Amino acid sequence: MLELKNINAGYNSFQALFDVSLSVKAGEAVAVIGPNGAGKSTLLRVISRLIEATAGSMQMQGLSYRDLPSHEVVGLGIAQVPEGRRLFPRLSVEDNLKIGAYTPAARAKLQERLDYVYSLFPRMAERRKQLAGTMSGGEQQMCAIGRALMSGPKLLLLDEPSAGLAPVIVQSIFELMHRIRAEGYTVLIVEQNIQQVLKVVDRAYLLEIGKIRASGTAAELLASDEVQKAYLGV
Amino acid sequence: MPHLSSSLKFGALIAALMLAPWLGLGSYPLHLIIMALLMGFIYTSWALMGRLGLVSLGHGAFLGIGAYSVVLLWNQYGVPPLAGALLALTVTVVLALVIGYPCFRFKIVGHYFALVTLALAEVVRLVIVATREVTGGSLGLTPKPGLPNEATASLWSFQFSNRVVWFYIVLACWLFSLWVWRKVDQSMLRDALQAISEDEDAAASIGINVTQTKLKITVLSAAMTCFGGVLYAQYQAYVNPDTVSGIAISLQMVFGVIAGGMFVMLGPTFGAVFLLALQEVLRILIGNQIHGLDLLIYGALLVFFIIRMPKGILGSWMERKT
Amino acid sequence: MEFFDIFLLEAVLNGLLLGGLLALLSLGLNLIFGVIDVVWISYAELMMVGMYAIYWSHTSLGLPLALAFILGIVGVAALGMAMHWFIIRPVLSAEPINQLLVTGGVLFFLQALATVIFGIDFKNLGVRLPSLMVGDISLSMARLIAFGVAMVAIAATYLFLNRTFAGTAIRAISQDRSIMPLMGVNPERIYLITSAMGGALAGLAACLLVLQYDIHPAIGLSFGPITFLVCVMGGLGNLLGGFVAAFIFAQLISVGGYVYAIEWGYVMAFVFFIAMMFIRPEGILFRRR
Repeated sequence: MLELKNINAGYNSFQALFDVSLSVKAGEAVAVIGPNGAGKSTLLRVISRLIEATAGSMQMQGLSYRDLPSHEVVGLGIAQVPEGRRLFPRLSVEDNLKIGAYTPAARAKLQERLDYVYSLFPRMAERRKQLAGTMSGGEQQMCAIGRALMSGPKLLLLDEPSAGLAPVIVQSIFELMHRIRAEGYTVLIVEQNIQQVLKVVDRAYLLEIGKIRASGTAAELLASDEVQKAYLGV
Repeated sequence: MPHLSSSLKFGALIAALMLAPWLGLGSYPLHLIIMALLMGFIYTSWALMGRLGLVSLGHGAFLGIGAYSVVLLWNQYGVPPLAGALLALTVTVVLALVIGYPCFRFKIVGHYFALVTLALAEVVRLVIVATREVTGGSLGLTPKPGLPNEATASLWSFQFSNRVVWFYIVLACWLFSLWVWRKVDQSMLRDALQAISEDEDAAASIGINVTQTKLKITVLSAAMTCFGGVLYAQYQAYVNPDTVSGIAISLQMVFGVIAGGMFVMLGPTFGAVFLLALQEVLRILIGNQIHGLDLLIYGALLVFFIIRMPKGILGSWMERKT
Repeated sequence: MEFFDIFLLEAVLNGLLLGGLLALLSLGLNLIFGVIDVVWISYAELMMVGMYAIYWSHTSLGLPLALAFILGIVGVAALGMAMHWFIIRPVLSAEPINQLLVTGGVLFFLQALATVIFGIDFKNLGVRLPSLMVGDISLSMARLIAFGVAMVAIAATYLFLNRTFAGTAIRAISQDRSIMPLMGVNPERIYLITSAMGGALAGLAACLLVLQYDIHPAIGLSFGPITFLVCVMGGLGNLLGGFVAAFIFAQLISVGGYVYAIEWGYVMAFVFFIAMMFIRPEGILFRRR
């Protein structure tokens, strides 16, 4: 579904990604793991076209979209749950969700999608009138995921969904990942919590200082020496 | 630190300037040079604050206080302008503190600060207009003649009929403003302000008293501008609320500095020269027939400049050199 | 002066009416700042242009007043969009001072344009509406209508922002700008819509003012600075804060102007503003960072 080849990208004079290639097949769940500052968030921003790639190609379902304006990426079926939730704090839960369905295609089915998201996340239905900024971290994450789902995406990008959440909540977030996969979404997750995320995904890439160092099935990566020593403290 | 060659260039410039009245330029060109130096003085005073991120759109307030105080005190009570200037300076300092303190203490910066200062300039203008029985309102005010008998100069009334005398007074003040600029540059104050303009909280955490530092530079800038107003009033022998106070002159000050280049010592002066030249060219080309056409072009140029040359003429030129 | 001075009451009521107008103007300014993060120093000048447009289309073109009003509102809305597109867009990523200055240039330009085209004489629409006598108080009909219309417009804007999709998007973008593209929102389009709204509100203010005051190129200066103060006091970008602050300021101007002279009313308002900055150490009323 998603195909990145030799992507280079950065900020001003600082290059963050060097010849990054990865692919995500339909129905898969793929993780990008790596330390802080590796460029994981940058990668997702490039995929969503929030940042320009200076070289390389990006294809979604065979369609090359390297020059697409950022607000048209949703139209391709790619939706992102940004790092830190980034809900609109003074909008209600329902308004936050509605904005997720901004595109004309999604807006036409607004009520339908709203009902769908509420059925997936009943807690959001309870809090639909509440100001998003007043909810707990875990609830906000739920809302942020719901907002991304409102556009009816094919590929869901998640940027560090467990960041800043208490361990108990983290658990429930990864359970959510299972449910989302079960719903049929293709998922690309960027995560620092290696143990948890490798239990949820099929494959993973290891990104270090802007370069892909390793890739393979989740089991392979979990067992690999690099990951074991550097990140799991074995 | 300036290199020897630029010091020499500067010295040559000063020497040339000092000889200006004797070059046979004629009265009007000399007047233009005086105005250029006077506005250069005023713009440089503004830029002391501006270059460190404290953008005031209200320096017209201080200019107006300086200009009107001396004329009013002279006309109403016979107070010699130099003494009147002291009073004006005091009022200005107090005003700068009163406005500056809450602004800096409560972190009113950027847009907020600019708008507050803008309102201040307008309030001063309104007060001048409101007290029209005393100030003459929008019609303006002229200082009473104070040259006894056939004298051409009087320090008491601070009136000099010989333009050459004015030239040297204004030249001295302009040089003074450049000296102040240099001194601020070299002092701890400058480093502190630089740190503040980059990251206020970090600056505070290493012991820089942010509020006090900002207040110091604000008071300095305001006081100098006020004195510029005093000089303006005495030289032109006429003041008007719309030319020495209010939004228009405040914006013009800022535009002049931006056009010339805010971060270079001679930038504000260059901006003053530029604006003056612009005014003269427009006056010659268009004259006074179509009321407002000069301001139209002026406004359009301002917009053009900001969009195309944000570093100012001198600033961009200097950038290209390096 | 008796406590219940009829003229004082009149001043209070007039202050209320002025408040409505200031509320309209500050709504426009706050909207634009909240969404685009730019202050249009020339905002009141847009209103001035609207007033001239109405005047010209009514007196020179002979259009009926209602049509002239519509032209005024639509015209200034278009002017707002043009201003964003040609003037603001190029400096969106520049220093805030540049953004302020560029609108300052527009201020000069518009004032000068009006002077060149119409001259500096005071013009009047020549429409006289009757005064309403309520007891001993004389209330200008024009002012009453202005107040009513302003309130309706503010309410309509409120409903638009809270009940429509586009309005929700506008509220969203003012809370978090950079993630909007993730949801398919093109920020530039929202900026244009907001600029048009701001312009339309200024145009509406022009319609209301043109019934009450004479028109001259510098009329923007009578309302611009006070609008800035209102917005700052209410919190730049805070729509509700601006609304409340508008009425407080209007009362100060009106009552202060009644007790002394009109210019002193402005001075009083400004002094109050400075005092508020001292008295409320936790910040200005409804300050939003």
